[in-house]
Amino acid sequence: MIAAFVRQVLQDGRVSSDPVQGAREVRLCLFGTMRGYRMKAAYHTKGGADVAPFARKTSLNAPGSGCPGKETRQMSSMPPASADTFPRLLQHHASVRPNSPSIREKDLGIWQTWTWSQVLQEVRALACGLAAHGLTRGDHIAIIGANRPRVYWTVAAAQCLGAIPVPLYQDAVAAELVFVFQNAGITHAVAEDQEQVDKVLEVKEKAPGIAHIYFDDPRGMRHYTQPELLGFARLQDLGREFDAKNPGFFDAEVGKGAPSDPAAMFYTSGTTGNPKGVVHTHAGLIDRARVACEMEGLTADEEILAYLPPAWIGQNIFSYAQAMVAGFCVNCPEAAGTVTTDLREIGPTYYFAPPAILERLLTSVTIRMEDAGSFKRNLFKYFMGVANQVGGRLLDGKPVSPGERALYWLGDMSIYGPLRNALGMSRVKVAYTAGEAIGPDLFKFYRSLGINLKQLYGSTETAVFVCIQPNGQVKGDTVGPPVKGVEIRISDSGELLIKSPGLLKEYYKNPEATAAVLTNDGWYHTGDAGFLDADGHLKIIDRAKDVGKMSNGAMFAPKYIENKLKFFPYIKEAVAFGDKRDMAAVFINIDMEAVANWAERRGLPYSGYLDLTSQKAVYDLIKDCVEKANADLAQEEALAASQIKRFLILHKELDADDGELTRTSKVRRGFIGEKFGVLVDAVYSGKAEQFIETQVKFEDGRTGVVSATLRIADAATYPAVKKAA
Amino acid sequence: MRPRNIGDVILDVKNISLSFGGVKALQNISFDVKEHEVRAIIGPNGAGKSSMLNCINGVYHPQEGEIVYQGEVRRDMDTHHAAESGIGRTFQNLALFKGMSVLDNIMTGRNLKMKTGILAQALHLGPARAEELREREFVEHVIDFLEIQAYRKTPVGRMPYGLQKRVDLGRALAAQPKVLLLDEPMAGMNMEEKQDMCRFVLDINDEFGTTIVLIEHDMGVVMDISDRVVVLDYGRKIGDGTPEVVRNDPEVIKAYLGVGH
Repeated sequence: MIAAFVRQVLQDGRVSSDPVQGAREVRLCLFGTMRGYRMKAAYHTKGGADVAPFARKTSLNAPGSGCPGKETRQMSSMPPASADTFPRLLQHHASVRPNSPSIREKDLGIWQTWTWSQVLQEVRALACGLAAHGLTRGDHIAIIGANRPRVYWTVAAAQCLGAIPVPLYQDAVAAELVFVFQNAGITHAVAEDQEQVDKVLEVKEKAPGIAHIYFDDPRGMRHYTQPELLGFARLQDLGREFDAKNPGFFDAEVGKGAPSDPAAMFYTSGTTGNPKGVVHTHAGLIDRARVACEMEGLTADEEILAYLPPAWIGQNIFSYAQAMVAGFCVNCPEAAGTVTTDLREIGPTYYFAPPAILERLLTSVTIRMEDAGSFKRNLFKYFMGVANQVGGRLLDGKPVSPGERALYWLGDMSIYGPLRNALGMSRVKVAYTAGEAIGPDLFKFYRSLGINLKQLYGSTETAVFVCIQPNGQVKGDTVGPPVKGVEIRISDSGELLIKSPGLLKEYYKNPEATAAVLTNDGWYHTGDAGFLDADGHLKIIDRAKDVGKMSNGAMFAPKYIENKLKFFPYIKEAVAFGDKRDMAAVFINIDMEAVANWAERRGLPYSGYLDLTSQKAVYDLIKDCVEKANADLAQEEALAASQIKRFLILHKELDADDGELTRTSKVRRGFIGEKFGVLVDAVYSGKAEQFIETQVKFEDGRTGVVSATLRIADAATYPAVKKAA
Repeated sequence: MRPRNIGDVILDVKNISLSFGGVKALQNISFDVKEHEVRAIIGPNGAGKSSMLNCINGVYHPQEGEIVYQGEVRRDMDTHHAAESGIGRTFQNLALFKGMSVLDNIMTGRNLKMKTGILAQALHLGPARAEELREREFVEHVIDFLEIQAYRKTPVGRMPYGLQKRVDLGRALAAQPKVLLLDEPMAGMNMEEKQDMCRFVLDINDEFGTTIVLIEHDMGVVMDISDRVVVLDYGRKIGDGTPEVVRNDPEVIKAYLGVGH
């Protein structure tokens, strides 16, 4: 008992005299030191009108509910079938668990909470305000901003009116948004802050239909005189007046909604051409959210941190649709830079991270361990070895000997527990990863720590959930069997086809594109190449259209090669070429953090990114990785011919602003091939180096030129390993 | 263009002369600063810009001349009095507590507003505690304003230079100054950091109505954000007026670019 207490204090630096309130409140409210704790706890519990700047929010809270530890929670199963639209789900939760937390936001260093009943009030005021400004059934409303409660409320408010929320990526530049605003015929837009307002105003020059722009954060907005601008508080005040004058209006509007109505529209990032608006219905989104909640046993007690762009359907599913179905609490981080801290404070029970983020977390852990003293480093190394052997089997419920169990327990006390805590994953019940293939080592690392990380498969068009790895049946290279309600078929060309209640209704105003992916009998063409393994688990190889042939007829799966390379910590991005060519070659982006650390350790001087990428030692380091990948490829007969013969390290980081990555950080291979055409030619003509000048776009919108002479290196290949028949 | 709401003269510097032994740092300098304006002091190295700020907030005591601040005439004052009467400043070479967190550093800027005694604070008694909470909340607003939430607990010494500058500004802001003296707020920054800093300076000026006197070397910055500019050279004033006027002043051009002979 004492040992456990001491351990807890050592781990978290947290002490509480009140064990009942303790665990959760302290987790959420605390500093490292005793004095700090007392301070902060008081800072937290302080509420009420005497703290003027907080009145805005605390007035919404029950007295003393400044800290999330105090809300009452009620257990309940899934909502009834009659709650078949998002507004009705909101009403359901507001009546069943009015005082349970619905959404939190960290503001001025304190977690502010809104309960379900408060959220309903906010949404109601907002919906009435929007209605007073003329937003009606079938209209589209653009929402552009980070994860903020008001962003989510706007989604709900629009749905209450039968309008369709269109969340947009907050880092998109105005030029990218013009098409969307024109395509969706947007008249109302909600912008988070001055930056987004400026963007919408810029878009308005080309899309004059925008009649109303509402903003959340008034900072810097004092001198804006445009008549279409209105602050959020004012909008809600208007809504309350409207509500008072038309008391039956809100409920009537909610009553008019049907499950088959469009609930939201998500624009796909699209590797080519204009983005397409994917229309989803209430029924589709709710069905998928419910099926996944039931499969994983998610309840109203879950906590999730909303930290990915709200414009991405996954963020909407995890932090809106599923929260609305199960009634759990969504937490909005304070700022983009505080996510790691916020994650630790909240300790989510349900977590999603794309492989890139998991990778970054692992890199930071590895770097810190390398900087630690030799005792700690060896302890870490030893117990990670144990975890590697035992952890996965424990999680899968496979047999583990008592000796191994005891060792794992020791490791859990000394390493895994504290590490899970540092990662903010102490309480994680279910964690998903998707979007890209995840490296086997990376995947195993998290699972061996006892974190139930699983892969899933889905896309914007399928409302995410198509396949999920069930507990206990997790394999590194598949994405699991289809979830309830989904049918899967592999077409003759090897493309994966899907039938599911969560399929898109259509691409907005784009019947040709809809017809191209959705057949009359309800099969959706994913465009992915894959197959089902002996256990019925789906394995995805690549995009069907990207799988090419080399000039000797061998299969060329670029993504597969790129992923193999990206699993090395020193490689951030890779772009493979080889379709219709006689050999495979790659362009590589080094991972600045990892390589810089590596260089520092060996006392290698460098002046910046460009200098580092051109060093001979770095080329040798990357060459080593490429050759290891080749050895791996040689193991697979079909892919042995696509071993990498030549590579170069790019002089700039691939960036979405320069069009080289999609907004979801996928490489746009074709575009890169054209943009760096000189380099491709140089690689295939056997040159040893090539000069290139590249335009880059800075974050503030200005452009500049980066020029460099890049070395092109050769890598060793291996003879194909013939599998014994 | 930002709408401006410039008031009366809040700070009037009259015939200030300052010398260290035989070195005449400032010679008969006069200029005024109006409420809510952004006033820049520019000049080549050693022109006396920092000395001028040091006279205004009482670090140096000029031998001649007087300074009228909010109607109060004085030749010199001590730094404490200057801070109490609403003059805040940041430093060219940063004067932060490197080992302390961002939060604590900004909290020190709040010291003037704290009234409880050292004993009460040490023992963390009721009134001291309530006061600390109140002040902490204000400091949180500053942190939010300057967008440094992610660094709240980070020791300042471990932060990049550009962010340290921001903390320095935060500490000055914590005292809620009427007049803010900024000594080269953008020195040593890259383009992006400079733009951020400009935005913060303008936002402070807009949101809190704070009068700003800044020394800056980046002419682009000065011409963009200031309402009026004073030009010093070898301790003498050689120009004063709007950025356009100063830019075309032959005397100023000569001091900056030299003249062809």
